[in-house]
Amino acid sequence: MASSTATVAAPAHDAHGHDDHHGHDHPPHLKHYFVTSEQQFEAAKLGMWLFLVTEILLFGGMFVAYGIFRAWYPELFAEASTQLDTVMGATNTLVLLLSSFTVAYAIRGAQTDNQKVLFWNLVATVVLAGVFMVIKYFEYTHKFDLGIFPGAAFNPTSDVVNPTEGIFAHPRAGVFFSIYYVMTGIHGFHVLIGMVAISILAWKARQGKYTSAWYTPVENVGLYWHVVDIIWIFLFPLMYLI
Amino acid sequence: MATAVKTPPSLRPQTHQPAEHADRAAFPPGHEPRFHYLIEDSKDDHHNYGKPKSFGRHVWEWMTSVDHKRIGIMYLVAISTFFALGGILALLVRTELAMLGDTIMDADTYNRVFTMHGVVMVFLFIVPSIPASLGNIIMPIQLGAKDVAFPKLNLASFYLYVAGAFLAILSLRTGGVDTGWTFYTPYSAETGTAVIAMGMGVFVAGFASILTGINFIVTIHKMRAPGLTWNRMPLFCWGLYATSIVQVLATPVIGITMLLLVLERTLSIGIFDPALGGDPVLFQHFFWFYSHPAVYIMILPAFGVISELVTTFSRQKVYGYTAIALSSVAIALLGFLVWGHHMFTSGQSIVSSIVFSMITFLIGIPSGIKIFNWIATMYRGSVWLVTPMLYAISFLFLFTIGGLTGIMVGALAVDIHLHDTYFVVAHFHYVMMGGTVIAMLGGLFYWWPKFTGKLYHEGMGVASAVLVFIGFNMTFFIQFVMGSQGMPRRYADYPDLPWLEPLHQFSTIGSYVLGLGLLLVLFNGIWSLFKGKPAPGNPWGGASLEWTHTTSPPDPHNFSRTPLVTHGPYDYYTVFNGAGDGAMGDGMGDGANRPAPVPVITEGAPQEFDKQIDLGTKQA
Repeated sequence: MASSTATVAAPAHDAHGHDDHHGHDHPPHLKHYFVTSEQQFEAAKLGMWLFLVTEILLFGGMFVAYGIFRAWYPELFAEASTQLDTVMGATNTLVLLLSSFTVAYAIRGAQTDNQKVLFWNLVATVVLAGVFMVIKYFEYTHKFDLGIFPGAAFNPTSDVVNPTEGIFAHPRAGVFFSIYYVMTGIHGFHVLIGMVAISILAWKARQGKYTSAWYTPVENVGLYWHVVDIIWIFLFPLMYLI
Repeated sequence: MATAVKTPPSLRPQTHQPAEHADRAAFPPGHEPRFHYLIEDSKDDHHNYGKPKSFGRHVWEWMTSVDHKRIGIMYLVAISTFFALGGILALLVRTELAMLGDTIMDADTYNRVFTMHGVVMVFLFIVPSIPASLGNIIMPIQLGAKDVAFPKLNLASFYLYVAGAFLAILSLRTGGVDTGWTFYTPYSAETGTAVIAMGMGVFVAGFASILTGINFIVTIHKMRAPGLTWNRMPLFCWGLYATSIVQVLATPVIGITMLLLVLERTLSIGIFDPALGGDPVLFQHFFWFYSHPAVYIMILPAFGVISELVTTFSRQKVYGYTAIALSSVAIALLGFLVWGHHMFTSGQSIVSSIVFSMITFLIGIPSGIKIFNWIATMYRGSVWLVTPMLYAISFLFLFTIGGLTGIMVGALAVDIHLHDTYFVVAHFHYVMMGGTVIAMLGGLFYWWPKFTGKLYHEGMGVASAVLVFIGFNMTFFIQFVMGSQGMPRRYADYPDLPWLEPLHQFSTIGSYVLGLGLLLVLFNGIWSLFKGKPAPGNPWGGASLEWTHTTSPPDPHNFSRTPLVTHGPYDYYTVFNGAGDGAMGDGMGDGANRPAPVPVITEGAPQEFDKQIDLGTKQA
């Protein structure tokens, strides 16, 4: 009890004050305002789920915009989607699905105190996310080469595409590509944030910070990563396939 | 602590006599406030409490503090600053309208001034107002928690809010925004570039709101003290819970809308601007999908405050606890389905207009439930007419008018006539100012002794309540008349309606009276900090944890020991014996003296009760 450390200045305080800060051994990760580790873990997880709900709604606005414009210009959207490279999109889908597996396996590693599994799966997740971004980079630059820019810069003139032919003659052709760039761009931004977060996790996992007693950040970043993956699962068919 | 217990201060309603409460002897020995969270930071090791610190150290500790009470105070100061700024802009608007022709500014300046008034008041003042200030300070204490679930996130939310506010103010550097606070496209896609900074400001401030919402939901779910079940939770927390649901579900949509608007301005992506193939009505749908629920972000915490005030100052258990709690959640959920009633004249289909109009009427049901429950709580209670209660009663009058006129503008045919007139302006000011702001003022007076440790001046408080009530009604009631006579909103001048000039002047004079009343509130607060008497732990005889289980001001860690909750938040008759005529009331309105469900504490002041609970249920 704290009475052994009581000072003359604050005797009344220690008599029934904050001795609960000293009375227990708390695990180092347990914040003083939580009673148990379980409470802390549950709170962090609920907070993350709520954050993910806001992410879904953020993308929800863009999906609604997509739906509305698709309903207005169905033939444009059906035609314009053929301009996107299905092979690259499908590869990216597989890459992200695999990264979802590795991040889940990393959490398993933390739960079973297997530091090797934890660390190397986190590294694998960052690498796979990097592969996704590289493929995305090639897709974007190819479009830019053809003059397919978002918004006002949209000017599809090159030896393969022509502003007077096919879907590019459609007065609203730019809108499809604007929505494509905005949605995949904001998704790509989320992938980048995930890469940074998982890199930090891997760095800390290397130092043995995460054990089965406490791996809340791994769990929460894992949840985030699954949402990034799920959003792509919806983006891929909507943009590339239908 | 085996010392003789002092005679409990009588909790019988005392009219304007704070002197007896202010007596330090009102505290049982060992329960005087000692460690002041305004001076000691919760991060301090408690052995350092009371040690001298330099001024710079204090400032740094405040800026980096993760204590919910300190963050709440910082929010309160920031919010009050923006309320003052928005208020000055409002007075400029009213002054311009006092006379026909250009009075003090030209039409372009007028557009910028009323836009800034709207943006500052909506996004920087009223959305964060009650939750971020009073909610932050009081809610964790009412839950018996030491802090919110994510204290660092709480501080991050404050700085995001400041950054958003900074961006919004920065828009003045690029010419100011003249779109109105709704930023409707296509005009907002064509007017000056200040829209970009303003849009980013709203986007960033929205994140602050989301983080507060997440924090509160998790805190309410996971941090309640032992024994504090959902149906023992104070109604203020229920109000904040419903608010947080709306904040989490609606704010991301305004985020993406503002982001798309900024992209529209910078890249011309063509989603909202018809010239580029976009759809301006889509913008309106997105905007109101957030901004209508945002109205409930503003009013639901006010409902929570009023529930606390009405029951405490009627000395009677709240009538229909479950109905009040769940009607907040019902309003939160129904609020998502009514956004189309802002767009009856925007070319949406008749069918959707009819559906939106019908759901709008439905909102009147849970709102009416609340009003009737509050009145039933006061019925046969011992109503104690101190400042917070005066504000609560003002709220009942003003919100009822605001709500009923809301039903009027929600009716399709009537709205065609009233759309975009002063009738709508008066309606939403009755709800926002007469509802939220009045409730916030009442809540501030109510909890002021708790979080500052000082009693405010009762006479000044009553005077401010009267001035605000009179000034508010003078300003806005006449606007219902002007609106129904065709005075359009957002117009700098009214040359075709010269006979409205005296009505405008009446409204302008009212706004000055209102401003005076609000200045008096500010002065009262500052006065109390320097000259106010020290507040006892429970000056109002409340029965929720912030009154019964901690001192005024609370310890930096809120409680000396985690409370164990054994009764509901309004079971005055189980907490205090002989606390006044209404103390035995159980909300049935018949004053009958029924046996209490738990043993009545017959000895000791509220703080003594705290100790008995502590000793009886010491946590291992």
